[in-house]
Amino acid sequence: MRIHRRTLLALALATGLTAPAMAVAQAEDIKIGVLATFEGAFTVLGEDGERGALTALDEVGGMAAGNKIVVVRGSSDASPDSAIRAARKLVEQDGVKILVGPLSGDEGIAVKDYAKTQPGVTFINGSSAAQDTTLRDPAENFFRFSTDGAQWMAGLGTYAYNEKGYKNVAVVAEDYSFPYTQVFGFMAEFCKAGGKVPSKSWVPIGNKDYSSVIAAIPDDVDAVYVALGGADAVNFLTQFQQSGGEAPLIGGSITVDQTVLTSKGRLRDVLIGTPAAGPTADTNDTPEWNAFVEAYKKQEGAFPSPSLFAHAYYIGMKAALLALEETGGKLDDDGANFRKVLSSLSFETPTGKVSLDKNRNAIADIYLTEVTEGPDGNLLNKLIKVVPQVNQTLGIDEAEFLALGAVSRENPSCP
Amino acid sequence: MNAHVTQDPATPTRNLLARIGTGHLVLAALLLAYPLVSSDFFLTQIGGYSLIFGMLALSLSLLAGYGGMVSLAQISFAGVAGYTVAIFGENNSNILGFGWPWWLVMPLALFFAATSSALIGWVSVRTEGIYTIMITLAVATAAFYFVRQNYTLFNGFPGYTGLRAPIVFGVNFRDPVPFYYMCLVAATLSYAAVLYAARSTFGLTLQAIRDNPRRMRAIGFDVTAHKVVAWFYAGLIAGLAGVLLVWFNGRISPGTINVAAAINVLIIAVIGGLKHPIGPFVGAVMVVLMQTFAIDIVGAERFNTLIGVFFLAIVFFSPDGILGLWGQLRQRLAQEDLRSRQ
Repeated sequence: MRIHRRTLLALALATGLTAPAMAVAQAEDIKIGVLATFEGAFTVLGEDGERGALTALDEVGGMAAGNKIVVVRGSSDASPDSAIRAARKLVEQDGVKILVGPLSGDEGIAVKDYAKTQPGVTFINGSSAAQDTTLRDPAENFFRFSTDGAQWMAGLGTYAYNEKGYKNVAVVAEDYSFPYTQVFGFMAEFCKAGGKVPSKSWVPIGNKDYSSVIAAIPDDVDAVYVALGGADAVNFLTQFQQSGGEAPLIGGSITVDQTVLTSKGRLRDVLIGTPAAGPTADTNDTPEWNAFVEAYKKQEGAFPSPSLFAHAYYIGMKAALLALEETGGKLDDDGANFRKVLSSLSFETPTGKVSLDKNRNAIADIYLTEVTEGPDGNLLNKLIKVVPQVNQTLGIDEAEFLALGAVSRENPSCP
Repeated sequence: MNAHVTQDPATPTRNLLARIGTGHLVLAALLLAYPLVSSDFFLTQIGGYSLIFGMLALSLSLLAGYGGMVSLAQISFAGVAGYTVAIFGENNSNILGFGWPWWLVMPLALFFAATSSALIGWVSVRTEGIYTIMITLAVATAAFYFVRQNYTLFNGFPGYTGLRAPIVFGVNFRDPVPFYYMCLVAATLSYAAVLYAARSTFGLTLQAIRDNPRRMRAIGFDVTAHKVVAWFYAGLIAGLAGVLLVWFNGRISPGTINVAAAINVLIIAVIGGLKHPIGPFVGAVMVVLMQTFAIDIVGAERFNTLIGVFFLAIVFFSPDGILGLWGQLRQRLAQEDLRSRQ
């Protein structure tokens, strides 16, 4: 009896601990990891990111250079720790040589740091848009085809000051690197044009109660710049509207994204007319964009129009597929040739031409938009203006731009 | 597993091997040989991580199993140790980071973790049952929000990066195999300490206090002091796990010690079973495996549901966790054994 019991224990332990390690992958298929937020406050955003990546894959029938592409998913909750854990699982356990992701700002910085320890793996950014992912201390094998949060703001500060006539603007944004980057991009232009930002409120991700934040917004501001995402944006906007907030809004790129515009409730009253800027515009009517929207809509659970997360993951996945096609699907030299092709890749996307700078950060068109009501009653980002080929230093000389300092809660400042 | 505990405790003359028990020896041999068969990923991301979370759950099960105090704040004490390593050791976030050597930082981290645990324990031993859970949940939540919003000391949301395990006598503890063995040694020490303490005078007194504090007080024992000391020990184990956790992640941020992580520790302890100190480690292996591979089984949209259902099923079929299942299985086998002899 005793031996029987012990054998059982030994067996259970041995199989439990080692069996999954023996499940080795098949050789021919190319595995691409997709890392997005499938849990936490940004779940809706992550799911749309995945749709974008799958749209790019469906365009080529799931094949690149005759090799079948297998997508392996990894989930994070927008915290850097969870992103690293998911990335390590994809790279070290599933053995992906190409990883598309992550979604959120600080995740991107963490994954960039991790990329340095895995020189044989190619990391292509999803939609994370913190500036320092590529600007300072970049990783050789981390590529961003989706531009950063400061680039996304191109044209907005000037538009708000000159066209809208806002002189004093309060800022409400989430307290991490991506909104810092967005606020930096907005204020760079807005302050230069002569605008003032008397108050900045940084709120934690996943905050539910915004009453104190709303109360702290000065009465005499002309508008409120809001850079919140997903559930946070919906919560803030609802409470802002309920508390009788009357100041017009200026939107960060993900604040008036489809993930927010499609939410139910009386948000529409506060949102209509809100100017914003970002890498996409819903009413863009170029044939390339329309074709992309049609392809995107075939994905399960798709929004009326792709969010910028779908767009960013699409671009990242597309770049990977194009480069794979060009290298014949070969990654056997630890992907060195693949990365060489990626670095010099320049291609037409649904939103215009994309190419990379020396830090492997994208140079691309940015769209200035305004929220309007669409023909069937849904809210859309109407295209106002295209700002062509914005680079990471926003057209400023690189040395001068770096001298502005790293984005943070205090930088920039023009009270 | 715990057969050796109950067999005949009244023979202190037995040799060391017999005292350790055959079950433990087999287990030790398996764990020592584990690096031979496993990939680097299974060594650190499953093995090391399970051992670390097993230690965290062990510190909870020490309080809950022997002291009757369920604490949700163990992850916070691990966080105290982790942030101590970040602040006094080296980090590359350009904030603080005094660069003290590891042999100075590590005891300091353990000391801070144990002291803060004793402090919180001292506050919460005045309560019982659900109120202890509430107080410690409040502590865990407050600790999370505090480090997330404090930038001068804790660097807020991004936390600290570049926290590396040390290189000692030429052994690089960042490498998978040394790191695994380091975790294994730490876990074994904690496990053995809990087993030993449970049968010491202190442990027996603590269990008696758990069962009837009023009677113990009447006999003349200092109930509060015993409980606070238990919290101190639990904090030591949690702190040790915390140091390993930051070396494992290479970083610490509020996400490391959020409420989800605090609940995770509780789940591990409950899934494993609180009756024996091996329970938390069994639970940790199960939970870590589930959380790592559920996404491959059901896809990205519903994998957390699968994890939840799995845990519900375990608790439903066996309130004592996996250890309880093992106990049930053993009973059934014994009965069949009897039957077959008839």
